[in-house]
Amino acid sequence: MSNGIIVFIEHRDGVLNKTSFEAVAAAQNLGSSLQMPVSAVVLGKDSAMAQEITAYNVGKIISAENEKLAEYTPDAYADAMENVIRALDPQFVIMPHTYLVRDFAPKLAARFGKSVVSDCIRADASESGVTFSRRIFLGKIDADVVTSGEAPVFATFQSGAYRGDQAEKGDGAQVESMPIEVGEVRMKPEPPFQEVKQAVDLSKAEVIVAIGRGIKSQENIALAEQLAAALGGDLAASRPICDAGWLPIDRQIGSSGQTVAPKLYVALGISGAIQHLVGMKNSTTIVAVNKDPEAPIFDIADYGIVGDIFEVIPVLTEEVKKLKG
Amino acid sequence: MKIIVLMKQVANKDAILRINKEATWIEEGDLTYEVNESDGYALEEALRLKEKHGGEVVVCSMGPQRVKSVIKDALARGADRAIHIVGDELAHVGPFAAAKILVEAIRDENADLILTGLQSDDYGYAQTGVILAELLKLPHATIVIEVDASGEQLRVKRELESGWYQWYSMPRPALLTIQSGISQIRYATLKGIMAAKKKEIKEVAPAAESSGGSHQRITKIYFPQKMKQTQFLGGGDAKAGASQLAEKLRSEARIF
Repeated sequence: MSNGIIVFIEHRDGVLNKTSFEAVAAAQNLGSSLQMPVSAVVLGKDSAMAQEITAYNVGKIISAENEKLAEYTPDAYADAMENVIRALDPQFVIMPHTYLVRDFAPKLAARFGKSVVSDCIRADASESGVTFSRRIFLGKIDADVVTSGEAPVFATFQSGAYRGDQAEKGDGAQVESMPIEVGEVRMKPEPPFQEVKQAVDLSKAEVIVAIGRGIKSQENIALAEQLAAALGGDLAASRPICDAGWLPIDRQIGSSGQTVAPKLYVALGISGAIQHLVGMKNSTTIVAVNKDPEAPIFDIADYGIVGDIFEVIPVLTEEVKKLKG
Repeated sequence: MKIIVLMKQVANKDAILRINKEATWIEEGDLTYEVNESDGYALEEALRLKEKHGGEVVVCSMGPQRVKSVIKDALARGADRAIHIVGDELAHVGPFAAAKILVEAIRDENADLILTGLQSDDYGYAQTGVILAELLKLPHATIVIEVDASGEQLRVKRELESGWYQWYSMPRPALLTIQSGISQIRYATLKGIMAAKKKEIKEVAPAAESSGGSHQRITKIYFPQKMKQTQFLGGGDAKAGASQLAEKLRSEARIF
């Protein structure tokens, strides 16, 4: 009979991904509600990466080892995780919703004839079972999801859904080395790299004026530039603006761009997809201007104006100039 | 090179979403639809690969008759023919069931490459492509932002997090999920629109079980709980809101 929860620990180049600790917190939370033991699983060529997890309150740490796990590939990771799951027979498999997990987790779940409850923000256990909550429609709506069928349930948690620093510490969990079978690996990775060094470092900016789809055309960017100048801040953008080539990619805020936390973040015509929010939600004061009152950006805004950015920007620019004297 | 592009039709990004009475899904009656953003980029990449290496681009979409507008638009942009898996309920199947249905519809095409977007803008599972690759025993790569198909092996550039990238090589056939922004999307020309009228759209029924295969079910949907108490300014008057905002930024937030 299936029992327990396993949590997948991600690492890259010898560093544990911080969202892995958030996944540990999610798994511990579920484990204490369901009274199930939590085991952490680390994949690698040896047990070096597993040591850091011993500080956390988990039942045991499985270090699944194979030479082919020295570098990430979806073939090797899916094989290794499948074998770990078949050996441990858990009820739940909890993972962080990272780009790496997104790459192999659906493949892994498919081997068990199912999909992943992906990108969850919450999991609530009750008598009738576990209800997962996930964001749909690019963050505009939340959905409660229940699962059925045979164990295990695969779930990934969004970055920030749980706090890594709230993962419970323990008194030295044991690392169990588990040599693991990995079949043919068809993908050959080359070393990861960063594109030309970022010319603009927005992480130190005190004020950021960011534009999204609502800016409508490249010509209109000048308006936002004037507001940024009046506020003494830098111009930034959400992904679609950089995709369109209207601003260079080093101005992009979000999961694939820069992460910032300025004193003031002004979001103009940005709806607030999670990929953008993770890059700016820790800003001290957040202003959002959007014509859609349900835009998710308002969920994290201190000040909001529901309306046309082209009416707001010129007035705001003039008023700021006046007040600054 | 034969390339299949899997495309989904989703609610228009600018649509104001309303939740239905039962709180099980959104009101669809007055909804307008468009192509899923990253699927549009997948089509563009397929068309560019065809221009470079020759071959054929086949579009495959599933759902009710309304998805024909996505298919026709793809044909107008330059896809050669299309497969439409028809069924009203197909817009709402989970990723595992969706992948099974798609596999049965495209298996005999024996494509060299299958492209799709990295996730849908409605359910956002980000899984159908990868599951489909597994069911067809194909290698895959996700969140791809560059494709080099000139060598014997396929070489693709994947986006990692925080501005990092990585190239992967793999044998063909393969499945790739494409990231938005991989290239600039072309518009359909008048000539393309005329030519599309003569292109084949093959309608097929879903071969696999479209219900019951889902292991996750939505019980309720609702608007997210706010993380902050937002002060809304202007009360519908955007210009008044802007003046109040400037004052608040000075007196409350003390930005200047």
